[in-house]
Amino acid sequence: MIGLQHYLTLSAILFVLSIAGIIINRRNLILLLMCIELMLLAVNFNFIAFSRYLGDETGQVFVFFILTVAAAEAAIGLAILVVLFRNRQSINVQELNTMKG
Amino acid sequence: MKSYYLTIVLAPLIAAIVAGLFGRQIGRAGAHTVTILGVGLSTVLSGYVLYQMLANGAPAENLSIYTWGIADGLRMEIGFLVDRLSALMMVVVTFVSLMVHIYTIGYMHDDPGYQRFFSYISLFTFAMLMLVMSNNFLQLFFGWEAVGLVSYLLIGFWFKKETAVFANLKAFLVNRVGDFGFLLGIAGIVLFTNSLDYAEVFAQREAIAGETISVFGGTPWNAMTVICILLFIGAMGKSAQAPLHVWLPDSMEGPTPISALIHAATMVTAGIFMVARMSPLYELSVTALGVVIVIGAITAFFMGLLGIVQNDIKRVVAYSTLSQLGYMTVALGASAYSAAIFHLMTHAFFKALLFLAAGSVIIAMHHEQDIRKMGGIRKYMPITYWTSLIGSLALIGFPATSGFFSKDYIIEAVHASNWHSGTTMGEQATYWIAYLSVLLGVFVTALYSFRMFFLVFHGEERMDAETKSHLHETPWVVTVPLILLAIPSAIIGWFTVEPVLFGGFFGDAIVVSESRDVMSRLGEDWHGQVGMLLHAFKTPVMYLALAGVAAAWYLYLKRPDIPAAIKEKASGFYNVLDRKYYFDDLWIKGFAGGGRRLGDFLADKGDRVLIDGVIVNGTANTVGKLAGIMRQLQTGYLYTYAFAMIIGLTALLGWLIWLK
Amino acid sequence: MLFHTILFYLFSAVLIGAALGVVFARNPVHAVMFLVLTFFQSAILWLMAEAEFLAIVLVLVYVGAVMVLFLFVIMMLEVNVEAVKRGLVRYAPLAGAIAVIMAAELVQLIWLEGAVTADGSFTPNPEGYDNTKALGAVLYTEHVYAFEIAAVVLLLAIVAAITLTMRKRPNLKVQNISKQIAVRAKDRVRVVKMDVESKS
Repeated sequence: MIGLQHYLTLSAILFVLSIAGIIINRRNLILLLMCIELMLLAVNFNFIAFSRYLGDETGQVFVFFILTVAAAEAAIGLAILVVLFRNRQSINVQELNTMKG
Repeated sequence: MKSYYLTIVLAPLIAAIVAGLFGRQIGRAGAHTVTILGVGLSTVLSGYVLYQMLANGAPAENLSIYTWGIADGLRMEIGFLVDRLSALMMVVVTFVSLMVHIYTIGYMHDDPGYQRFFSYISLFTFAMLMLVMSNNFLQLFFGWEAVGLVSYLLIGFWFKKETAVFANLKAFLVNRVGDFGFLLGIAGIVLFTNSLDYAEVFAQREAIAGETISVFGGTPWNAMTVICILLFIGAMGKSAQAPLHVWLPDSMEGPTPISALIHAATMVTAGIFMVARMSPLYELSVTALGVVIVIGAITAFFMGLLGIVQNDIKRVVAYSTLSQLGYMTVALGASAYSAAIFHLMTHAFFKALLFLAAGSVIIAMHHEQDIRKMGGIRKYMPITYWTSLIGSLALIGFPATSGFFSKDYIIEAVHASNWHSGTTMGEQATYWIAYLSVLLGVFVTALYSFRMFFLVFHGEERMDAETKSHLHETPWVVTVPLILLAIPSAIIGWFTVEPVLFGGFFGDAIVVSESRDVMSRLGEDWHGQVGMLLHAFKTPVMYLALAGVAAAWYLYLKRPDIPAAIKEKASGFYNVLDRKYYFDDLWIKGFAGGGRRLGDFLADKGDRVLIDGVIVNGTANTVGKLAGIMRQLQTGYLYTYAFAMIIGLTALLGWLIWLK
Repeated sequence: MLFHTILFYLFSAVLIGAALGVVFARNPVHAVMFLVLTFFQSAILWLMAEAEFLAIVLVLVYVGAVMVLFLFVIMMLEVNVEAVKRGLVRYAPLAGAIAVIMAAELVQLIWLEGAVTADGSFTPNPEGYDNTKALGAVLYTEHVYAFEIAAVVLLLAIVAAITLTMRKRPNLKVQNISKQIAVRAKDRVRVVKMDVESKS
């Protein structure tokens, strides 16, 4: 019988993978953004599973808002990326250290 | 009556504000008109208040005007206690102040700070009235500090003169020492009674006298003694008693009108007034009275001696003021409070007169103050001459002048006091110090007063030809106050001695315990003014005074070579006098110098090294160094921060799960 | 039920494989494709959890819009993939370690701690339950305020993205409306008084 634990476990695996992805793909901004999307997906899994388990739609409403914000974040993030590339002809994170203390 | 009291106090204040803030708009004439009107109104109303009390027997009033605040049950109020003591003081203060206002028109005629000066003296009148009319310690302290402030401003009135700035600073600092004691005394009163109101405090005086307080290493002292001595330290500062007298001679750097008003007639008597006002407290502490009388006696005699060697006309008068204040203090210490207030009143008139006369001479001499460069002025300035003569005679206590009655009764009071009849060694020693001081003080007073008088008005003319050609009597604004002050100086003693001293004039304002009531004992022998005049021939006092005058005449007019010879022979003693017993050196080099060295040390080691170096800059440096290390963490790379977040998240989660 | 279980494991396996693909793909285009697959699998799993509305939204919004946006950007930027991917291995041990620790923590939480009741099975929804309708009922009543804010957030994102990426070309001729409105006759026309000139 598939239940809450299964979904949570799946979500945990996704989350761990996305963390590993952030560390591995540290140089590439686009991939970092994609890993963050993955991470949000893992969170959404949790929300949906608990919503289903508790029989309460509020969790799904939350997912709805997360999707909204994630879409906005992706749009703005990519826009920044485009501007960045236009200005520096590169999106290599290694070159972006003007905030160095 | 409430509106009268408020008008008396506020009229000078409003005048001071108008003259001070709008002096430019209303001009010189406007400034002196408004202030004279204000003070004149106060004078008239004060006179009316006193008249009501004397003629119609109006009772003493204790009014609360405004409650400023209540803290922990302690009411801080503004209120007026108008009894005969304060009414008398109000009349004296406003009258002398009015005279000085008028006189100032002539004296300050050419001064650019004309309006400012009028504003200050009106403000002073306000502050002094607040002081004497107060019904609580807080307002007393306000008036006390306010007169000190105005005194400071006026001594340094010519602020471009370096000596004046030095003098006003000195006056302020010395008064601060006294005020410290005064404030502690008030604090003591609040500690034991939790009240600032006179009436409430006096009601609890027996309770205070029963308490003890430990001072210096746990020795228990009678609380009343401690409080009274602390309050008297305040009086020593304000009334210039030894050893806090050093500021008064220097305060002569100020314009002469204020020397007359503040440093002779009114402000310096605040201490005397305060002790008289506190008589219910002092009566319960014989120790404190002993301190008072000894300090007074020392001041009366030794400060008089200094007057003999001074050459500045105003300083001579200043030292005579010190000496006379000493007399008043002696009277206080002998429980003859009414005699002290009586002498305060007569002294206010004749000392103001002497100062204004000195000022008149100074104007005529084009601001030359050295009496060695004067002489023979009598024929040029007849009005000044005669008024000065009256003032000097009153000062030495020449029979029938006002000073005669007041000073004689101080000496009589000391003679008849409990100190004389006391049996212990301490009481006898106190008595002899006081009695000999006041007795010899009479001779000294006569000597220095007439030394100055003869040197200024008689003898050969020692001024230069230029000054001599301009020498003439001063304008009417100067001479009219002189005449108006000369009249009470001459006769007021005759008319007021009986009611003030023996008529129960002060009523409940002054409380003397029955066993110490020296004035009522003297009253039993009172046989009228004529009787007293005749009695004077049987006491040494009058002969000492006449001897002083004769000595002055012989030494300074007949044989001027003798003083020089004495100076030659007794140069050691002369030096001691000339250096004012080295008090100035003690205070300036010892205390002030020590304070400055301590200050320098603290500024260098404490402030610059410890606070600036270690604490302030040290903190900044440490933070800076730490930040230098910490900034290595800030790589500026995006992933560093991402990693930090991830690792932090992992650690936090681990802590929550496994360690918590 | 067994079939249901088998399907769950199957789709989960694909999901995890796709996620691994996202993380390890050498080419960003491939990574995006893997991500699309991940989202598809998630949508299916959400359907299985009877969250039908969100499953559809995920496909429509994420796959249809956001992922396409990613693709656009990647293709537009033409990043040198190989250069960026170099040095991947250096941080692999760190990534592995953190992933292991995090996984251990999560396992502890989910399976061992008992934070979730042992019986985590979903209760069946009642007869005639309509996920979309139920969601709409709460979204437009209880959460309407947040819903409107979400709309504003999206609008903001649109404005921000456009403002950021709009290119100002130097030689482009444009109208400045406010300047045109603010103009006054005296700025443009100068009336000059001249003496009459005669031919001479």
